[in-house]
Amino acid sequence: MPIRARPMSPHLQIYRWQIGNSLSILHRLTGVALALGLIVLCSWCVALASGERAYAAAMRLYESPLGIAVMIAWTFAFMFHFLNGLRHLFWDVGFGFERLQRHASGWFAVLGAVALTAGAWMFIWASHRP
Amino acid sequence: MSLRSPLGRVLGLGSAKEGTGHWWSQRVSAVALVPLTLWFMFSLLALPALDYDTVRTWLSFPLSGFLAVLLIAVLTYHAYLGTDVVIEDYVHSAGAKLFSLLLLRFLYVLVGGAGMFATLRVAFGS
Repeated sequence: MPIRARPMSPHLQIYRWQIGNSLSILHRLTGVALALGLIVLCSWCVALASGERAYAAAMRLYESPLGIAVMIAWTFAFMFHFLNGLRHLFWDVGFGFERLQRHASGWFAVLGAVALTAGAWMFIWASHRP
Repeated sequence: MSLRSPLGRVLGLGSAKEGTGHWWSQRVSAVALVPLTLWFMFSLLALPALDYDTVRTWLSFPLSGFLAVLLIAVLTYHAYLGTDVVIEDYVHSAGAKLFSLLLLRFLYVLVGGAGMFATLRVAFGS
């Protein structure tokens, strides 16, 4: 039997970028970023259990400019993964598949994540200023 | 002629080998994480400061300590389920795949276990 080129699924390079696939990729990226964040969350708990000096050293790292930048990025990753995850859960029970609903919920997840990240950090800066 | 039923012949032959178990566990842990992460976020924001004494006092309340341990457990499980799929999708050579899947499992038990043990120590005031 002659070997013919089989049809292949569209590769990233020829796939037209749109909100559906972009957010799907972003969901995965933020998920991996948050899995890395789990290491930091757990090391924070370990520092807290290890005594006052270890905790102060950990907090100095987290409150450095780079630490805060990473925390802001993680806040966005969390907010987006949370909102987009809710979007997935609604799909799983059969809601929101119409084109308009898909696009609206997608933009809601992105813009909502940006707004919640900004809101959370404005609250932190307003109330936790060291 | 085989005496095996048509269902018995195909069970376990799908590419996933395990039906919807993984998918379902991911959804269940996601649903559990909705209230747990909300609780954690609002608790941290509500604390007057994140200094040593304040955070320790907060975690020494029975409910806070309990929910924090639950959060780390479910978070670790959900992250494990998610990153497992990422590796299965992108790591193609059998050796590297086995190695990274194993490494990730050990890392998750190590990180999640350390986080829960530390939180329990704080919760029990030692």
